[in-house]
Amino acid sequence: MKLLRKIGESLLAPALALAFALVVTSAILAAFGANVITVFTQMWDYGSQASAIALILNLMTTYYLSAVAVAIGFKMNLFNIGVNGQYLVGGMVAAAVAGHMSLPGYLAIPITILVAMAVAALWAGIAGWLKVSRGVSEVISTIMLNYIAIGVISYLIVRTNIGEAVAFNVRGTRTIPLSGQMPGFTLPGADTPVYGFIFIAIAVGIGYWFLLNRTRFGFDLRASGMSPSAALASGVNSKKMALYAMLLSGAIAGLVALPDLLGSSHSYTLSFPTGYGFTGIAIALIGRNNPIGIAFGALLWSFLDVSSQQLDLIGVPQEIVTILQGVTVLAVVVAYELVRRNKVKAGQRSVGLALANQEAGA
Amino acid sequence: MTNATDALTLTGIWKRFPGVVANSNVNLTVRSGAVHAIVGENGAGKSTLMKILYGMQKPDDGTISISGETVIFNSPSDAIDHGVGMVHQHFMLAENFTVLENIILGSEPKQGLRLDLGAARLRLEDLARRYSLQVPFDSFVSDLGVGDRQRIEILKVLYRGAQILILDEPTAVLVPQEVDELFAALRDLRAEGITIIFISHKLDEVLEIADEITVMRAGTTVASIDPKSQSVTAGQLAELMVGSELPSPTTSGNTVRPEVVLAAANLTVANRDGKHVVDGVSFTIHSGEILGIAGVEGNGQAEIVDALLGVVPTSGNLSFLTEEISQWPTRKRREHGMAFIPEDRSRQGLLLDAPLWENRMLGHQSVAPNGGGFLIDPHGAKTDTERIVREYDVRTPSIEVSASALSGGNQQKLIVGREMSGEPKLLIAAHPTRGVDVGAQAAIWDHLRNARAAGLAVLLISADLDELIGLSDTIAVLLRGKFVATVDPHNVTPAILGSAMTGAGVSA
Amino acid sequence: MRKLNLPRILLLVSGGILLLSLARLLAHTDDLTSTGTMSAAFGAAVPIGLAGLAGLWSERAGVVNIGLEGMMILGTFGAGWVGWQYGAWAALGIAIVFGAIGGLLLAIATVTFGVDQIVAGTAINILGLGLTQFLAKLLFTTAPGGGATQSPPIFGTLPHFTLSAIADPLTTVQNKNWFLVSDIAGIISGFFYQLSILTVITAALFGLTKWILWHTAFGLRLRSAGENPWAAESLGVKVNSYKYLAVTISGALSGLAGAYLAIVATGVYRGGQTAGRGFIGLATMIFGNWMPGGTAAGATIFGYIDTLQLRDDANIRGLVLFGAILILLISVYLFRSGRRNSGFAFGLFAIVMGTAFLVSKSFPPEVAQVAPYLTTLVVLATAAQRLRPPSADGIPYRKGESH
Repeated sequence: MKLLRKIGESLLAPALALAFALVVTSAILAAFGANVITVFTQMWDYGSQASAIALILNLMTTYYLSAVAVAIGFKMNLFNIGVNGQYLVGGMVAAAVAGHMSLPGYLAIPITILVAMAVAALWAGIAGWLKVSRGVSEVISTIMLNYIAIGVISYLIVRTNIGEAVAFNVRGTRTIPLSGQMPGFTLPGADTPVYGFIFIAIAVGIGYWFLLNRTRFGFDLRASGMSPSAALASGVNSKKMALYAMLLSGAIAGLVALPDLLGSSHSYTLSFPTGYGFTGIAIALIGRNNPIGIAFGALLWSFLDVSSQQLDLIGVPQEIVTILQGVTVLAVVVAYELVRRNKVKAGQRSVGLALANQEAGA
Repeated sequence: MTNATDALTLTGIWKRFPGVVANSNVNLTVRSGAVHAIVGENGAGKSTLMKILYGMQKPDDGTISISGETVIFNSPSDAIDHGVGMVHQHFMLAENFTVLENIILGSEPKQGLRLDLGAARLRLEDLARRYSLQVPFDSFVSDLGVGDRQRIEILKVLYRGAQILILDEPTAVLVPQEVDELFAALRDLRAEGITIIFISHKLDEVLEIADEITVMRAGTTVASIDPKSQSVTAGQLAELMVGSELPSPTTSGNTVRPEVVLAAANLTVANRDGKHVVDGVSFTIHSGEILGIAGVEGNGQAEIVDALLGVVPTSGNLSFLTEEISQWPTRKRREHGMAFIPEDRSRQGLLLDAPLWENRMLGHQSVAPNGGGFLIDPHGAKTDTERIVREYDVRTPSIEVSASALSGGNQQKLIVGREMSGEPKLLIAAHPTRGVDVGAQAAIWDHLRNARAAGLAVLLISADLDELIGLSDTIAVLLRGKFVATVDPHNVTPAILGSAMTGAGVSA
Repeated sequence: MRKLNLPRILLLVSGGILLLSLARLLAHTDDLTSTGTMSAAFGAAVPIGLAGLAGLWSERAGVVNIGLEGMMILGTFGAGWVGWQYGAWAALGIAIVFGAIGGLLLAIATVTFGVDQIVAGTAINILGLGLTQFLAKLLFTTAPGGGATQSPPIFGTLPHFTLSAIADPLTTVQNKNWFLVSDIAGIISGFFYQLSILTVITAALFGLTKWILWHTAFGLRLRSAGENPWAAESLGVKVNSYKYLAVTISGALSGLAGAYLAIVATGVYRGGQTAGRGFIGLATMIFGNWMPGGTAAGATIFGYIDTLQLRDDANIRGLVLFGAILILLISVYLFRSGRRNSGFAFGLFAIVMGTAFLVSKSFPPEVAQVAPYLTTLVVLATAAQRLRPPSADGIPYRKGESH
């Protein structure tokens, strides 16, 4: 019962925020002459088909990993806005390595994963090192590294032989051989498979929960985020902690490109999607850095993104969904703050009341 | 009996907050041109009353009248407009602004849109001269010391035409010499007809300067005293404050054992500007011994604690249970039995948003019963938290509430319980009963005495001289980063200690 | 505390120009400080400088504004939306308004609702991007000359002029390629060549900011909100009102920066045209120690680097050499002040750059592309620790809360 109430409480704020965002979005749609009901029913109809569900699950996998990467940083009050750059470099290098490997799958895939994690962690580590040794705000440094990453990758693909012709007029990393690709499974009635990587994403989620709540490192991480001075007095080395957090965040970020790479595209080209990092930030905020909350957020986001692809056909730009998402994020963070303040006050009141009752009864 | 010559009268003031009544039926009459002291223990309701007096809070019931006229304060500006000026205990100064800018903020003299600093400067120089409150107007506040800062605060209210000054625990951070300077300024102010309300719990100072005294206890006023017509002693005031005799800590017997738990040799800590805030300090603490460190705040106590914990770079030798630990990280020191009750519990001792059982683990997250090695054990921590709540009388409905929901005293009890668990070898206790009510204070002293008898070594830092004298086996006096005297608590008084703390020397 | 006084600043600036001259000589390029280059550099400095100024207003009142990028995007969009039908001045006005609305949103979220400032700013960036992408697709796809991510060209332009009396003679001097003299001539003539009115307005805004914030009561109170809001509150200052005002002004300035990009620099709204300048602006503010003068200087430097993409290979080589020498000097400075690790890292970086200069005849365009961002990192890494942000910058403040 208490658990149910707890879940209800944590869902209240995002639910309210979503409702608010829906109202705002509907208003914008109506203002531009679109039929609100048609838009939403169209999205639901399309989104609930089996093929769409497969796409949703695939996108959700990617979003989930990105959000967990961001959340690790958030837990320590570090803003890793650089997930974009980290997954791009990690993904590109991993794709290049995988393309040149001809090992059997059970070796090739773990190696690919490790390479992606290591490279991305290194990229994040630059920002981490700058923060602990020179006091540079990781917000700005990770964003700068995002742009630098794009330049570096473009150079490597276009002007070196890491990139080769993989399709007509398209340069990318060497295509990953069948042995290095990750198999998926097909839902009944769908025409695209669900990525096998979804299982790894689930494992990452469980690992994230375990790390935070059952390990000393996770405790130190959370303590550093809650009160750096208290954590310091309790024996946490704040500089090491910040660096490790950034490295870990980067390592998880490295996984973000892999569902697509290993499951469908099999080559890193310059048209690889570059916005997953920001989506991760939004979802981490919505899910409040909680492994289950993030899953819900990822599901919501991927549903919106996939089901809106049809909207152009009825004359509504599919970007209406980005407005919905943007307003939701803003509304959610406001709602969470209000809920938190209420909780603190209510907590003090309830403790006072409970103690008064105790003393009365004693 | 309200008199038109009374500067300030409070009648029937009530103020409630969720879960607590801060002020109940407070009545106060302050004669014009007098120094009126309000005394009371922590939690007596003094600070809430002050907030009401200077407009930060509005009373739920009751009236305030100034010179016979009823007034309502909706904000500090209203109070300032009526001539009431608050001099805060914790100075409210912008470090990167000059003295002048700090004083005129909010009441800036202008020429059109421009700031007119010249006019302000003239006025302030006059005020400073009249009341012995000289300060360097163009210095940045960050370069100034405590005495200057207090003078700035007083000038702030005088500049705004305050006729009634409220000083909140003004001597808490002053050395006795600075206290004399302050009292001289107060006398100058009084001579010119300014009314002063002086809040303190330092009874000897109150008796020295006050013309009238009001005693507060448990949110209400319990006595109004005119020290000229009734002769009253500090002891009697204290009794009124607590409602009974003051408990004084006394340690009986000598439990000092021969093993040396902590030995510091030539400890030096430098601050960012290279100044030695701890300057070649050496001491030893044996098992079963409490070493008390006396000294006005800001003379290096906090830095000695930081040095022992290992959170600041230190030079010198430090050995803990015969091992040289100067290079050890904080975690290792704590795992080996160094416990720590911090001075500022919300900053260094607690995770306010975390539940109590997670706070139980703070500082001990790598040892049993909280865990060991890589993992932590929530079940073990929860069970042990229940034990601490029982043994240390922490008033809470459950161990799942956030630490922020507990009162200060209960938070402190939790911390004490946590730090005394796990059989520590050394306890660093910085102001362990600060902000704690009298009953809890006595309980904590008991725990400390028992642990001492069982062999715990304690480094005790306290501003409460009675606590220091009562609990310590030896007291070292810290002044400007050096130990200037070592005294035997059995034949020392607060007065002797006080003069040692200011460098006047010890007369045994 | 204030260790950087006028003589020292002049010394640093002269040193910089000297170094640039040297690089020009050694790299056999004559375009590094030409009038055309400097003119473009000052032009590129405008949006970056405005972003830095926007950040300054907000942070001086204690609110970190990470949402500058989003507010700038709103500004570019507003300019593109109104500009093609109503002309450049209308575009300018609407851009400022749109940016200000973004600022107001941030103020509401952080000041009234107490949301974490960086989280709120990030949310505004996301919202700004999404909103403009949606509206652009909706409104511009069928408009004449427009497309899904681009507005129709803005009708008319803002006036620009060349102060021939100063520019011409100095350009002649610059063309003579004399060591140092020509460089200084080029820098000065560049400013007055093809000078946009918006650049003049920006320069005026910097001066106005300095006067308002440091010489008026309004400015004192606004800064007190960022230094010690609790002290200000106790003296009757309405701290939250000043924060609101400051953050909204911050948004308006960001919108103005967007207006420059859309109206003067390109003539259209184009998705992605801000390219991180909001964040580079924050870096210039930090570089400038939260002061208008320093921010302007930083913006000029960053603007210069931003125009690298338009320069040809020889010039890029020259600038790589300049960068290498500069970083070497920084590395020496770090070593001497005891920061060995950082000094070593910088030294390594300098050696890499120097080798690149010696070894290669030309650099790939990506180098110029990443130069502004790399420079930001280097600048922050050098400067971040010696600076004095406002004391209560970024710290949440609630009215009536005891501190």
